[in-house]
Amino acid sequence: MMKKIISILVRNHPGVLSHVAGLFTRRGYNIESIAAGETENPDVTRITIVVAGDETILEQVTKQLRKLIDVIKVQDLSYSKSITRELVLLTIFSPAERRAEVINVVNTFDATMVDIADKTVTLEFVGNARKVSTIMKALEGFKVKEIARTGLVALPLESQAERNPNMI
Amino acid sequence: MTTGKKTGSQLVVQGLIDEGVETIFGFPGGAVIPIYDVLYDAPVRHILTRHEQGAAHAADGYARATGRTGVCLATSGPGATNLVTGLSNAYMDSVPMVALTGQVAVPMIGNDSFQEADIYGITIPITKHNYLVKDINQLQRVIKEAFHIAKTGRPGPVLIDIPKDIQTFEVKARKIGEVRLPGYTPSTKGHPRQIEAIVRAIRNARRPVIYAGGGVIASGASAELKKFVRKSNIPITTTLMGKGAYPDGDPLSLGMPGMHGTKYSNYAIHEADLIMAMGVRFDDRVAGNVQKFAPLAKIIHIDIDPAEIGKRMAVDIPIVGDLKSILVMLNQKIETQTRKRWLERIDRLKEEYPLTYEKSGAVKPQFIIQTLSEMTKGQIIVSTDVGQHQMWAALFYQTTEPRRFLSSGGAGTMGYGFPAAIGAQVGQPDIPVVALCGDGSFQMCIQELATVRMYNIPVKIFIFNNGYLGMVRQWQEIFNDRRYSSTHLEFNPDFCKVAAGYEIPAFRVTQTAKVKPTIDKVLNMEGPVLVDFRVAPEENVIPMIPPGGGQTEFIGEGEDEE
Ligand SMILES: Cc1ncc(C[n+]2csc(CCOP(=O)(O)OP(=O)(O)O)c2C)c(N)n1
Ligand SMILES: [Mg+2]
Repeated sequence: MMKKIISILVRNHPGVLSHVAGLFTRRGYNIESIAAGETENPDVTRITIVVAGDETILEQVTKQLRKLIDVIKVQDLSYSKSITRELVLLTIFSPAERRAEVINVVNTFDATMVDIADKTVTLEFVGNARKVSTIMKALEGFKVKEIARTGLVALPLESQAERNPNMI
Repeated sequence: MTTGKKTGSQLVVQGLIDEGVETIFGFPGGAVIPIYDVLYDAPVRHILTRHEQGAAHAADGYARATGRTGVCLATSGPGATNLVTGLSNAYMDSVPMVALTGQVAVPMIGNDSFQEADIYGITIPITKHNYLVKDINQLQRVIKEAFHIAKTGRPGPVLIDIPKDIQTFEVKARKIGEVRLPGYTPSTKGHPRQIEAIVRAIRNARRPVIYAGGGVIASGASAELKKFVRKSNIPITTTLMGKGAYPDGDPLSLGMPGMHGTKYSNYAIHEADLIMAMGVRFDDRVAGNVQKFAPLAKIIHIDIDPAEIGKRMAVDIPIVGDLKSILVMLNQKIETQTRKRWLERIDRLKEEYPLTYEKSGAVKPQFIIQTLSEMTKGQIIVSTDVGQHQMWAALFYQTTEPRRFLSSGGAGTMGYGFPAAIGAQVGQPDIPVVALCGDGSFQMCIQELATVRMYNIPVKIFIFNNGYLGMVRQWQEIFNDRRYSSTHLEFNPDFCKVAAGYEIPAFRVTQTAKVKPTIDKVLNMEGPVLVDFRVAPEENVIPMIPPGGGQTEFIGEGEDEE
């Protein structure tokens, strides 16, 4: 199984998400994450989808998305030539005596502590897939109370595209 | 178009008129009363069917027979959901259709209001595109877009859901400019480099086969295809959807490929060194097993829909574009080749594996179809239901022109044949139309007898009455040890008496000798007529390739009945 980041621009109207999400159920594609938000043009929404599948399926996904009338543009973003970010809010149980451990992780990885309660702390961190999973790993020893992730968003790395199209 | 204040309903009907719509099929209800009120004295003919499914299939049959976009209209909730099968059917077969549905008033949406159904959400996966119009200022643009989308590129059905308050609001009608859809730009011209590659592949091929489908008919490319075949001398197999794209019975025609196709078409595919796939999608009923499909061949795939390229079958030379324009270019570039050896081989395959059936005492469905074919020279319009009789029609009826054979291909919708014939007859009043129906299928839209009577639509209905859901029975015979679970129609109505109830003349045929005289008599009658053919009950469609089988893996032949 491969993964692919697909960034699509759609005409912004209430039904458009149903059209996009419906395509994935109908054709049996697997969505890993989906994130949507307005762009510089209020009539246009950007939807970033991470999808898993073999090469044929991933090619089909792109082609089928292009067929949707409301889809204006479909871009395949490779991990290496794009900038990718996800935001995570994570509430973990952390007794007072282990707070230092948490603070250590927070400092090391540039995370933020956004809430502190008697038994829990809530952290916020942003990063690409690798960074997010590294932080999650570092906090494995803590019991998770709740977690909320935005899903990946991405844009092409313009500087890479300009200077050296072949550079990783 | 005149400007000035108009209601939403007036804009809808004016939109239809502006799009050149002459006839629509529908069924009224609370949420479309305002539209029906405008239709009452509008220059648009409305055919009242007896079920919304009938309206959808009639619009579909109208579109297939004429090439124009079919239109159907239904009320909200159950009216709209009754269109669903018809939309799905049209979507699977890429038929241009616009479906209009009423919806509860905008402030009522989402409250589980009376006769509310989310038909927008329901039809997303079975339409090319759909709309819910919540702003009357968008209505004119939406109608124009819908017709544009339905007809262009790969055609398909488009649904417009119109809340009742939108139908009654008044606005100043505007002049609507050209459709602007930045995300919708179907490519039409084939890439010249690919054209060159195809020409080269044809030149080098020794055993090429054309595999042509519904895309040829949708593109209006039959004349170009004929020219191409004649010039290149390449034998051609036409799918159920492509039937009529090239004349059946022509020496270069191989008939239908696939599961119930002719043996010689499947052998030709198997032996081919070049497959030219045109407006097809390597459907599993044609290419049951893509790994075993044309194992020796280079594959050329021509289609207007880029997503079809490589969907099921790996392709060597893909080309995206409109078939007609691509064939025009190819016809200018290809050379005439005689292909003596390959065509001799094809002739030998046809001799070795002829399309036949066993003649016996009972009336054979194949005989009825063959007789009709010979008597009409394939010049009439034929529609079918779904099942064994459909496959026999595909095999034994020789269609010589496009848009003369209407059948539910991708969806396989029982009940399609009769209402589709109604739509076809309305769209082509000068061409005789015969609906070839299964006794099971016919009962799924039997209520449309009232429609043909009311409007005196002269469709001739031939029922292949075998007392079974024959195709499923055949599968049970072959794969389930003859356990005929719920496929024996132990009770069937007396179809002649049913017809009599609708004041439609009817005949019953129980002997082979009566087949020809009855058809002759019926085809010369005016108005609708029904014929109840009592046919051999346990006849099987052969040849047959089991699901997932390769092109030469035939079963169920020559085996004695135990
Ligand atoms: C709406 C619908 N329901 C079920 C089926 C499954 N099915 C396919 S063929 C068939 C039998 C059709 O029987 P009949 O119309 O009598 O035709 P025959 O095969 O006997 O010629 C059935 C039940 C279908 N294709 N469509
Ligand atoms: Mg039957």
